[in-house]
Amino acid sequence: MRSNVKAGWGLKGAALAGMLFLHIPLLIILLYAFSIEEKSFVFPIPGFTTKWFAVAFEREDVRRALGLSIKVAAIATAMALVLGTLAAAAVWRSRFFGREAISLLLILPIALPGIITGIALRSAIGIAEIPFSTWTLVLGHATFCIVVVYNNVLARFRRTNRALIEASMDLGANGFQTLRYVVLPNIATALLAGGMLAFALSFDEVIVTTFTAGQQSTLPIWMLSELIRPRQRPVTNVVAVFVIAVTFVPIVLAFYLTRDTHDVAGSVK
Amino acid sequence: MTSAAAALPLDRSPLQRLSSALYLRPALLTFLLLTPPLLWLGVIYLGSLFTLLAHSFFALDEFSGVMVREFSLATWKEFFGNPANWDVVIRSALMAIAVTLAAALIAFPIAYYMVRYAGLRMKAVLYLGVMLPLWSSYLVRVYAWKLILAKEGIVSWFANTLHLGWLLDLVLDIPEIGGPSLSTSYLGTFIVFTYIWLPFMILPVVAALERVPGSVIEASGDLGAKPGQTFRKVILPLAFPGVVAGSIFTFSLTLGDYIIPSIIGKSVPFLGETVYRLQGTAGNVPMAAAFTVVPIVIMGIYLTLAKRLGAFDAL
Repeated sequence: MRSNVKAGWGLKGAALAGMLFLHIPLLIILLYAFSIEEKSFVFPIPGFTTKWFAVAFEREDVRRALGLSIKVAAIATAMALVLGTLAAAAVWRSRFFGREAISLLLILPIALPGIITGIALRSAIGIAEIPFSTWTLVLGHATFCIVVVYNNVLARFRRTNRALIEASMDLGANGFQTLRYVVLPNIATALLAGGMLAFALSFDEVIVTTFTAGQQSTLPIWMLSELIRPRQRPVTNVVAVFVIAVTFVPIVLAFYLTRDTHDVAGSVK
Repeated sequence: MTSAAAALPLDRSPLQRLSSALYLRPALLTFLLLTPPLLWLGVIYLGSLFTLLAHSFFALDEFSGVMVREFSLATWKEFFGNPANWDVVIRSALMAIAVTLAAALIAFPIAYYMVRYAGLRMKAVLYLGVMLPLWSSYLVRVYAWKLILAKEGIVSWFANTLHLGWLLDLVLDIPEIGGPSLSTSYLGTFIVFTYIWLPFMILPVVAALERVPGSVIEASGDLGAKPGQTFRKVILPLAFPGVVAGSIFTFSLTLGDYIIPSIIGKSVPFLGETVYRLQGTAGNVPMAAAFTVVPIVIMGIYLTLAKRLGAFDAL
């Protein structure tokens, strides 16, 4: 429904202002990572330096937090890929009682405020007397990552012709061969896109994580503690830039992987 | 593919028999596919959720402060009896409403331009431009606003450089929403909330606008409506379910967030912060559980209304 008339200045200005509002704060983070000023948020920054990048990567606590974040995101993504794909396959291939309820159940962990998921998991972990570990973190992250994979894979399935599978079986392939040579290649890019978005989501998650982490520190938790009690602000700035860079790459890739299809990855978080 | 085809034997290996057995029983296959994800979400997620809600029917022992695991309505009595609790709920709900309205106002022109006027290339750029902030670090973006709104931060610098310091002071002097600086006022909290959740509003509105058929707009013009009239009487009502869909996110997310108000704003508690404090430092899990029921109930009502307005078709 694209109009063949040009947009008015008012509309253009409002749209531009909105987009600037979305992006200027990110640029400011980038700017401050290079500031020589250590103590305050003075603007404009008094001078440029790149020394904070070296300082940040020397810091033992930053490296440990980064390692834990990557580990948790990788495991949670792997689990979400399996569980999300299974759910998507079931919903696609058959109608059954309660099919609508499944979509609701899957979306619930991100539709309800994160604090509810977090506190619920925390109290369950407490009752079951499970000690806090990487696995309690994975527990929470996988739960809200499933829906991301599910949405992406289901969207791909819906555009896949069911006859392909029947044809494969008619030609003599068994169910496992059909899965390996027909189904998986068909959904490969959707899996990749969903997996990368799940990774980005997990890598950045803080609200549920605070409840399931115990004494452990992921990168977002490290940042949160720095936000509340700042120790060395320039290091925080550098970590912030790093986090942006790590999450940008998968998002842009996921966008291009699914761009030619109708359902663009990430449009439902 | 050729190697796969060549490797297809006609003998009935166990794998092949299993495959055929599953193919002939689609219900069994569906069951097998569904069991792992449902077990995960049903046991871990719903199990935790109901355990938490059940806690609101326990109460703290008045003297020892230890939770007594017996059915009691004491926590709920205390919850409804304390007017301070109501203040928290009302404050959070008002903030959520304000943020939702502001997000809708900012989102609509962006979405409208994207769908109606942007070329293919421009549209991809804008789409990515909305998705990047949506998916990039929440904490980093909150942190950026701390830099912007701080007393000696960017907003103050611009206000002073442009000799508009008086305007900033005027805004900060407004009772209730103002404060000593932007980063310690309701206004600051409101700006950051709006910023953080804005992409959640833009995307559903774009989806809704894209579904408005071009023929309907042309028909409206053919029947003599001016562009403004077409917008008000045709496009806006058809796009409204998208706004409602977006508002589900902006409203729910604002209601439950506990990090933004604790970093930027007055030191008065919002709903999420209260829950966090109650279960953490205060160690009052029953009361925290009672507080979590509030956003669930509010969201339940909200979702029911949204469904009536057709928002789910626009999601």
